[in-house]
Amino acid sequence: MDALLDLLKKNARESDATLAKLLGTTEQEVRARIAAYEQEGVIRGFQALLNTDRLDTNDVRAVIELRIRPEREGGFDRVAARIGKFPQVESMYLMSGAYDLLLFVKGASLQEVANFVSARLAPLDGVLSTATHFMLKTYKDQGVLMESEPHDDRLQVCP
Amino acid sequence: MTTDSKSAPDFVAPHVRSLPKSGIRDFFDIVAGRKDVISLGIGEPDFQTPWHIRERAIEAIERGATRYTSNLGAPELRQALAAYMRQSFQSDYDWQHEILVTVGVSEAFDLAMRAVLSPGDEVLYHEPCFVAYAPLIRMAHGVPVPVETFRKDDFRLTVAELEKKVTPRTRALLLNFPNNPTGATLDRADTEALADFAIRHNLLVISDEVYSELTYEGGRHSMAAIPRLRDRLIFLNGFSKAWSMTGFRLGYACAPAPLTDAMMKIHQFGMMCASSISQTAGLEAVRHGDAAIAEMRDSYHLRRNFVVASLNEMGLDCFMPRGAFYVFPSIQSTGLSSKEFALRLLNEYNVACVPGGAFGACGEGFLRCAYATGMEPLKEAMDRMKTFVRALAH
Ligand SMILES: Cc1ncc(COP(=O)(O)O)c(C=O)c1O
Repeated sequence: MDALLDLLKKNARESDATLAKLLGTTEQEVRARIAAYEQEGVIRGFQALLNTDRLDTNDVRAVIELRIRPEREGGFDRVAARIGKFPQVESMYLMSGAYDLLLFVKGASLQEVANFVSARLAPLDGVLSTATHFMLKTYKDQGVLMESEPHDDRLQVCP
Repeated sequence: MTTDSKSAPDFVAPHVRSLPKSGIRDFFDIVAGRKDVISLGIGEPDFQTPWHIRERAIEAIERGATRYTSNLGAPELRQALAAYMRQSFQSDYDWQHEILVTVGVSEAFDLAMRAVLSPGDEVLYHEPCFVAYAPLIRMAHGVPVPVETFRKDDFRLTVAELEKKVTPRTRALLLNFPNNPTGATLDRADTEALADFAIRHNLLVISDEVYSELTYEGGRHSMAAIPRLRDRLIFLNGFSKAWSMTGFRLGYACAPAPLTDAMMKIHQFGMMCASSISQTAGLEAVRHGDAAIAEMRDSYHLRRNFVVASLNEMGLDCFMPRGAFYVFPSIQSTGLSSKEFALRLLNEYNVACVPGGAFGACGEGFLRCAYATGMEPLKEAMDRMKTFVRALAH
């Protein structure tokens, strides 16, 4: 992967000036490359990575496995596109194995997520079955541990 | 009783008493205990030891692999190190007789000196350099002979300087590239010229290549890759830096059997063996550590770019080092001595860098900044240094 993308993956808030120094290039060049990635649709956005367990909300998250009847033309894409438009769906992947789509869904309560599954997803044309698993705690997300390892405890000066 | 009663200090041997404390230690004492200091004075990776290596150490303890190993080191580890030497440098070392696993490069270096030096033997070593060399040469009753390296040569060691210092009593040449504290590296022509010099003067070469894996450009040029040197080379390497395993205390020496055997004799009586748990971790590291090393190397590489650009931008002349994780900017333009600069930077801006003089007299006028530190503190440190340098100019 391009070192610029690597750096942005690690810290999307890095300034253009710092990125330029890290990569041995100019700020203009950094801005142009980011703009190009956005244009090409490689960079889809910049978000903060939150440990929502630490936030004072009652939001619940669920992982939902969907089995789907593929269509003659377009396979799973059309159904996936319809499901993806629901704002409750945070992530969605096409999977190999026992089911077809894996969804990460957010809701304000257990009830709300359950309703979403029974009223919105299950009745959709082509959906054969659903299996819902509620998430209890986040340990790691996007490569980031929610509990960091102990802080830098190195000697302050050493050879 | 005719003699006066002795007190504790009298029992310290005179040659130890006269051993100066390390300049780094001095500076450590000044920094120690201060809060909110951003330290660029740490010669140690900031990365945690890769998890798969730590995991293996835990497993070693669970399995009960917690006994003495063979004095030379666990056979599987020595075999893996032989394979590593072949792959990295195309050099063949017989794992049964030519590889010794030690408690860090530190012990390996100490063993090498004690194994080869007779009282009064001179050892050529280049400055600025790692602080342990001269004292350990001296403790082995040798005579350390410093050879200067210069900013104009990007701190490479030149044969011309060596020729000025070599005498009939010179026994060995000590090399450390990539270098602590300058980050200097050697290219192929340099290693060839140094090899020729050693052969011409019939010297043993001890090459501490603990930063070899942390080479960013220009390729890794090891003394171990020069076949005609093989018979007079002690190659030292370890896991502290590239694998981020400082606390495991694990290193090794590769040398012809008679030299390995001589070092092993001292090691078997003085140390018995390196920690068996660390050896298990080290085996995991050489076998499966490549991806983790590459990731850390890439990160150091970018940070080096950042620090060198920042220092040059603020007016502190700094060459682009190709290895290790140090930069060695000149602070001569500020008119301060290295020590004054470092002390004021610490006292007024809470940033710790080691004054170049701690690494030998010719390090005066320079500063060692280690960039084995996270990007956020590194940025903050560069900002504070810039403010300091600007304030000095007014
Ligand atoms: C050049 C050099 N050699 C050796 C060492 C010590 O390494 P080890 O941890 O393997 O004893 C260091 C550590 O700072 C070093 O910079």
